[in-house]
Amino acid sequence: MRMNIHFKNRVACIGAGLTLFRRRLFETPRELAWEAAKQALENAGMELKDIDCVVFGSAPDAFDGIHMQGEYMVDGAGGYKKPFTRVYVGGGTGVFSVIAGWWHVASGLCDKVLVVAEEKMSPALPHPQYVFHHIFDPITDKPLGVNLIWIFALEMHRYMYKYNIKKEDIALVSVKNKRNALDHPAAQLGAKITVEDVLNSEVLVWPVQRLDISPVSDGAGALILTSEEYAKQYTDTPVWIDGVGWNLDTTYWTNRDLAFPKYLYYAGKMAYRMAGIHNPRKEIDVAEVYDPFDYKELHHMEGLQLARKGEAPILTREGVTERDGDLPINPSGGLLGVGNPIAAAGIMKVAEIFWQLRKEAGKRQVAKDPTTGLAQAWGDLMQIGTVVIMRV
Amino acid sequence: MDKNVKLPGTPYSSDDFKKGKIPYVEDVPKARYTWSAGIAMSRFLEELKNGRIVARKCHECGRVYVPPRMFCSYCFRPTDEWVYVKDTGRVNTAVVSYIGADRGKLGEPLVVAVIELDGASEGMGILHKLGNVDPEDVKNRKVFNMRVRAVWKKPEEREGAITDILYFEPIE
Ligand SMILES: [Zn+2]
Repeated sequence: MRMNIHFKNRVACIGAGLTLFRRRLFETPRELAWEAAKQALENAGMELKDIDCVVFGSAPDAFDGIHMQGEYMVDGAGGYKKPFTRVYVGGGTGVFSVIAGWWHVASGLCDKVLVVAEEKMSPALPHPQYVFHHIFDPITDKPLGVNLIWIFALEMHRYMYKYNIKKEDIALVSVKNKRNALDHPAAQLGAKITVEDVLNSEVLVWPVQRLDISPVSDGAGALILTSEEYAKQYTDTPVWIDGVGWNLDTTYWTNRDLAFPKYLYYAGKMAYRMAGIHNPRKEIDVAEVYDPFDYKELHHMEGLQLARKGEAPILTREGVTERDGDLPINPSGGLLGVGNPIAAAGIMKVAEIFWQLRKEAGKRQVAKDPTTGLAQAWGDLMQIGTVVIMRV
Repeated sequence: MDKNVKLPGTPYSSDDFKKGKIPYVEDVPKARYTWSAGIAMSRFLEELKNGRIVARKCHECGRVYVPPRMFCSYCFRPTDEWVYVKDTGRVNTAVVSYIGADRGKLGEPLVVAVIELDGASEGMGILHKLGNVDPEDVKNRKVFNMRVRAVWKKPEEREGAITDILYFEPIE
């Protein structure tokens, strides 16, 4: 792919805000977005009048049953009487909203952008899972009674088969992330669990068990992005967004290579090229990779070239991906531990890299001295990778 | 942001909701849809009634697409030819589902798979159910690469749907 990597503005992240992540929050989507946005503005030392334009992200409208969520959210997200854009790429939305905010600034179109993501999955009854039934092809897939977890289980099993991976090794991801989440202020499911707990939890679709999966959540998050000129006016500690990438594989998911996430390989390559990274395993100090399922953390590490094919479970077993390891992965606790309000979870990941690089992560701070971090999400019909690379 | 920061948000439980402690409104959208099957899939569904699986071939790259499509995603040009693929194939991956589409428990576990049909391009699988396969053989991964064939509904019961194939079963 040919790509212009010379931009008008270098882009900084200078503020972040989050709400609690919980199974059910009483606040409306607008109220949650407002809380997160207000906090991000305060964190950056800004008011809404300082913001040039607003990017908003949320996942399928069918979760909260409100169509055209962009217009519904405009007041809560701070977009009133401003250039306002809603972006949507399913589970990849949170990180993609940051990419969209980035191009507003990098292009020179705006100097100060508020990025907000919000999700309420709780309104859908009897269970938000059923909403996912409607993302599948109505002719080939839906008549078979497809459940969202089928597609993950089929992918996980293919990955396990191809590289001869044990469930015990995959379960270590869930153990690590839920433990990490004990130190996160927004966390829904921080817990001390064991590999046995995962292996003894309810089998939903073999090989996927209940503790292999992130929860259903409500929550919101927000970030402030600015050009270099303004970043220096507001803070001494900007975190630069030096690379972005995204890529989609075919929607005909049964035609894909299920053992290796090519969409992410290409998205990562795009972001690495922009950031001038030649050896991701050596140059990325800390990463938040998308972990709605425990095997997906491993799958995504390999897609991002943070591990060789089939090597991620070995690195995990050796402790390399722990907070005090050589390549800390999901020090926040990830979606498995902090929770998965879809679009907001992507913002949470970018915010974690922002705090890690500013050494503001408190008990979650990784042992090494990180200067380059990566945040990633995954979505649409399990086919998009969205990546940002950040530096101090 | 440290662990001790107090974040906004007011959690509540499903119990609060059922006991009426949470003010709310409720609505059940009565949306119904009819999806026209389009050019490629109409022929595909029609051929299922005949007990055949039809695909489209691209002469530029040689890909045989199943389910069929009128354009090649790869070359981004029209596909050229209808070709039949066999109703036999090989299991690419398989799982055992204990839950249905609404996440409710199934009475009997269901084995589902991605099946690569004979005659389709490599990796060009379809989703379907497996019958007469022991869930244990899924768990111990014996099912991978297993040769399978379609078990069809009786001709008079077929309606032009993917469910005209009841399931795929192992070839002895
Ligand atoms: Zn072609």
